Amino acid sequence: MEKNLVLAGVGGQGILSIAFVIDNAALEAGFHFKQAEVHGMSQRGGAVQSNLRYADHPIHSDLIPVGKVDMVLSVEPLEALRYAGSLSPEGWIVSSVTPYVNIPDYPPMEEVLASLTAFPHTVLVDTGAVAKAAGNLRAQNMVAVGAAAPLLDFTDEQLLKYVRKLFARKGEKIVAVNERAYRFGKAAGLFYRGLIEAGLPARDALTVSSRMDPATVEPERAADWARLASDAAALEAIAGQDGLLDCREAAVPAAG
Amino acid sequence: MAREVLLGDEAVGLGAVHAGLSGVYGYPGTPSTEIFEFVEGIAKRRGDIQATWSPNEKVAYEEALGMSWAGKRTLVTMKHVGLNVAADAFMNSAITGTNGALVLAVADDPGMHSSQNEQDSRYFAKFALIPCFEPRNQQECYDMTRDAMDLSEELGVPVMLRLVTRIAHSRAAVETTDAPREQNPLRPSKDIRKWTLLPSNARVQYRSLTEKQPAIADRAESSPYNVLELRGRRGVIACGITMNYVLENLPEDHDLSILAIGQYPVPLGLVRKLADHVDEILVVEDGYPFVEEAVRGPFGLPGVTVKGRMTGELPRTGELNPDLVRKALGLPDPPHAEVELPSLAGRPPTLCPGCPHTDTYRAMNEALEKYDRPQVFSDIGCYTLGALPPLEAIHSCVDMGASIGMAVGAAHAGYRPAVSVIGDSTFAHSGITGLLSAVNGNVPVTVVILDNDTVAMTGTQESQATAERLDRIVLGLGIDPEHFRIINPVPKEHETNVRVFAEELAHEGPSVIVARRPCIEKIKRHK
Ligand code: SF4
Repeated sequence: MEKNLVLAGVGGQGILSIAFVIDNAALEAGFHFKQAEVHGMSQRGGAVQSNLRYADHPIHSDLIPVGKVDMVLSVEPLEALRYAGSLSPEGWIVSSVTPYVNIPDYPPMEEVLASLTAFPHTVLVDTGAVAKAAGNLRAQNMVAVGAAAPLLDFTDEQLLKYVRKLFARKGEKIVAVNERAYRFGKAAGLFYRGLIEAGLPARDALTVSSRMDPATVEPERAADWARLASDAAALEAIAGQDGLLDCREAAVPAAG
Repeated sequence: MAREVLLGDEAVGLGAVHAGLSGVYGYPGTPSTEIFEFVEGIAKRRGDIQATWSPNEKVAYEEALGMSWAGKRTLVTMKHVGLNVAADAFMNSAITGTNGALVLAVADDPGMHSSQNEQDSRYFAKFALIPCFEPRNQQECYDMTRDAMDLSEELGVPVMLRLVTRIAHSRAAVETTDAPREQNPLRPSKDIRKWTLLPSNARVQYRSLTEKQPAIADRAESSPYNVLELRGRRGVIACGITMNYVLENLPEDHDLSILAIGQYPVPLGLVRKLADHVDEILVVEDGYPFVEEAVRGPFGLPGVTVKGRMTGELPRTGELNPDLVRKALGLPDPPHAEVELPSLAGRPPTLCPGCPHTDTYRAMNEALEKYDRPQVFSDIGCYTLGALPPLEAIHSCVDMGASIGMAVGAAHAGYRPAVSVIGDSTFAHSGITGLLSAVNGNVPVTVVILDNDTVAMTGTQESQATAERLDRIVLGLGIDPEHFRIINPVPKEHETNVRVFAEELAHEGPSVIVARRPCIEKIKRHK
């Protein structure tokens, strides 16, 4: 077993915190790991990435060869695309769809989403909305960890232990927010996958999952929602909602 | 044995502590900064290790040499270009030799992730005639640092540990000892001739250094870090971290003959054995073609084709990676995701929102508007990002302190207005003497010191000259108090600040403007 992850985002989004959680979980699970990170100049609001590898055998290179990346895990959608070319044919993109716009030429969001949803294996989550629901916009990185968790090789407990450790210094409240961010992120990711597995196209799955109130998301409901949303008019009604929907009540909202 | 998750840098720091370290010295510089900071963290808890940042690398090296003189073990850390600054002390410390162990951990930056060049410190080790270790992984960072300490004390020479960014900033589990070595007792060296490099003494010392060379070479030849495995008739020499890139691409039962090098001078005996066994050798090294040139020699190696960065199999410049090495080995690419990606907008680093430098640059730009394409000399720090749009406020960045020296030279040549922009820490590092020169010559330069109260770029370390201390230094150098101005770089002071700039730019003599406001990141981190 060998897993190769590229963690991506923008300087300041907490990529190294993601690395801390997964590194330590890997160590605790008895795996070998190597994790190369970027310090210095690019941390100032620039594109940052980290190569994280773990395996049940010794790992040679700190850098992952092209074609050997199993997952791009990104807290920012444009940054996810930056590393997607290194994915293995079976590789996953687990990404936020919340843009971080600090450059003048950020492409139109629909183009970015079209590129992302064109990949065969994606888990897309509106980390901004989910983190806010969990209690703090800054917890987007832990939402991303939660979304990726089902594709990794650890128990929730192994990961959450280091989420707690990471934020312990900042007090109970922040710890609770980040744990919640992890759980909401995991549910949101599984729900999105459930929609796709039930036959919904990725772009539509994203539309539906983005309308859910993150606190109410139950992945088991995905099939019901997928069935509803396969009807064009219903999908439009879901997409047109201003407020968030309660995931537990799979029903087409009244128009308006 | 304990197992700890460590960056390569941190493993070096811990290795040094476990080897009985008494003092660490350095100046912050990516990718070396975390070596010092890791030891500093331990020093704070333990209280018996000296750990304070020095104003520059030369001072750091000299302080380390003093500790070695006193018989204690010391580590001095810097980035590759920092060694240029420390070179005088470094080269001569090889001539004096050491007493307590002195290990220089220098971090090169192939690919220039955070640097202005990718010079290869192995040349410096060869130049100074001292041993050099080059770790391949985090475990070796730890082990080699301890070995380097022992070797330094045994042979009485400084020993270099050469890191590259990719090992410095990569994390893995490291097995560490349960039985750290004790510190050395105070045992000053009173061998006056050794330390007093008058020509008559220096000649003796230099000869003694050359006489140590066979021993230094033998140690590399028999080093456990230099491993030769003979298989087929195609050979590879892989230095340091690049051995991982080679192995990453090979099946267990490959038929290459491989010499892995982790200790220098280049083990020519092992190279000879490899050369006798193979028809060709691919030399893989992160940095300059240091080993490649040594192996090929000016006229080639008879009977063996030597390939590498000089012959195009590997790129002449930049950082290596497993993909480049795979190509050089002639192996096919693995399949990868077939995707149509739009060309992506780049995301370069920028000044933080609210950064004081932005307000300073806006005021300076406005005051300079009336000149014809004014050029501003600058220096190394976060403020170098002011070269990029939208500010495009500065037009040079060469080496620490260069902004002042270059502005003085340009002013000598008749260029007006000659403006230098430099940070508080860079000024303390290498700007003071430049300003002294401007004062002594009454040269019309405007030196803008961005006093943000910290060494921001490398992670907000303590600055050596900020606030009143900075002011006293500037005035002490002889700047006319009338042309020593302090501004508050905030948007609401913009008009005032533009006026201050305009007045000093017009002054036909040296002037200093201090733009004083703390770095946002520093305020956040030290809350
Ligand atoms: S770290 Fe400080 S000095 Fe650097 S860009 Fe940010 S605010 Fe400015």
